[in-house]
Amino acid sequence: MRRNGPLALIFHAIFVIVMVAPNLVVCLVAFTPEGYLSLPTNGFSLRWFRTIANYPEFIHAFWISLALGALSSLVALLFAVPAALAIARYRFRGRDALAALFLSPLMIPHVVLGIAFLRFFTSAGLGGSFAALIIAHVIIVFPFALRLTLAAATGMDRTVEMAAVSLGAGGWTLFRRVTLPLILPGVISGWALAFIQSFDDLTMTVFLAAPGTETLPVRMFLYIQDNIDPLVTSVSACVIAITMAALILLDRFYGLDRVLAGKGDTGR
Amino acid sequence: MSAAAEEGNARTPWALTAPALMLFVGVLLIPLAMTVMLSFHDWGQYKGIEPVFILKNWHEIATDPYYAEMFWRTFRVAILTTLLTALLGAPEAYILNRMSGRWKSFFLLVILGPLLISVVARTLGWALLFGGNNGLVNKLLMTLGVMRSPIPFMFTETGMIVALAHVMMPFMVLSVWAALQRLDPQIENAAMSLGAGPMTITRRIIMPQIMPGVLSGAIIVFSLSASAFATPAIIGGRRLKVAATLAYDEFLNTLNWPLGAAVATLLLAALVLIVVGSNALIERRYAEVFR
Repeated sequence: MRRNGPLALIFHAIFVIVMVAPNLVVCLVAFTPEGYLSLPTNGFSLRWFRTIANYPEFIHAFWISLALGALSSLVALLFAVPAALAIARYRFRGRDALAALFLSPLMIPHVVLGIAFLRFFTSAGLGGSFAALIIAHVIIVFPFALRLTLAAATGMDRTVEMAAVSLGAGGWTLFRRVTLPLILPGVISGWALAFIQSFDDLTMTVFLAAPGTETLPVRMFLYIQDNIDPLVTSVSACVIAITMAALILLDRFYGLDRVLAGKGDTGR
Repeated sequence: MSAAAEEGNARTPWALTAPALMLFVGVLLIPLAMTVMLSFHDWGQYKGIEPVFILKNWHEIATDPYYAEMFWRTFRVAILTTLLTALLGAPEAYILNRMSGRWKSFFLLVILGPLLISVVARTLGWALLFGGNNGLVNKLLMTLGVMRSPIPFMFTETGMIVALAHVMMPFMVLSVWAALQRLDPQIENAAMSLGAGPMTITRRIIMPQIMPGVLSGAIIVFSLSASAFATPAIIGGRRLKVAATLAYDEFLNTLNWPLGAAVATLLLAALVLIVVGSNALIERRYAEVFR
């Protein structure tokens, strides 16, 4: 294999700088001591991070996002784990169609999902409620929960299960004591990826959230629409820091390339 | 129940998938069907939504040039974004693939990581970089002598495409990367030993092999860009509407839900047609690569 030449390395350097620049700028501006948007030229200040405390709506939105992400990912797994086991182990009629249906939220634009859920939950009398947000998020994170669980269930060594069966284990005991521990890394990674997806979603949630159930991305978006000031950069810096922490954990636990590989190949 | 008997029982897989199936039918298929139906309902400023069957909204979209222009802008932005990601993302994936182990995983993390960072935060970064006529991007481009006078990025399609390409880039890199993993480096060496120069190798050996990766990446980037919301809303502002931001406006500002539903239904139908169609085309064209 040929090595990268100098031209290739220059291209690579520019590419990486451009990829990193927007996030870096947000994080730098967050530390500005000035009252307006500027890169911190005379010293770093935590002023705008302290200011967040004066905006309870951001803090409330953060807790809503956290609870929503944690709960909807958990509920999605309750549905996804049995479905993944069925799809991984059985060849039955309609199996491919079912798998396609379960992955379809990846293919449907989130703006369409937002509209569909808004219409649906308003007619059901649940418009703007936290319950509606949870159900909607369960649907959009389901493919991520399913895919990682499915990968774990497909790659699992089934002889251990057979040994357990030969020793008299069955049904629930078999699942809880043998199967679940074996697929647990996939299940946990599925939960983490689902959580990140839920935590970051704006496009669908912006249709469903009402004052009181606004998530952090929705709150940030509505704030940016009115004006951009250093406050929203410090909030964004916090969001970036949280996501990076989750990413590093996910990378250690499962391998980021494995988590992301195929994330987008919704077509096939 | 033994493992063998478990395999033999035809009802078990259905029992296991039934909860998820009911969930999907109940809160995905039914709401989607309701949205399609909603697009045929009537709406008036004072009477609200009237559940009748009329083609008013569809007629309005088909005849009012405003919608044609908006959809054309949506797809133009999506196509240019896709081209930009393909032109830059494919070489980058190739360069990444040639790096040694530790650097490779480090830069993969740097490039793919943003995929999971909030789109709002990433777009905010571009809004800061663009920021009016004396934004950092303009200052840099003028210092480098690329251009003499600043060009507007905020509230323009140019800015929208640059920011969207940044948001979508990881998908393209990932997709080409996946195609490169299947590529046998020995073929490149064989071509070199037979006297092929770098240009020939790139054109005749590498390009044909990573093309399926570029194309499947292009489909993902295109469909996500055509339905993108946050970036066009923040960079495009209130005037430069695309399909997603227009639907948002109809639903939450004008409150003309039936019209918004028609825009969304049309967007969904167009995307499904384009994605399914191009997938079929790619699979036929590159059948031997996928085998």
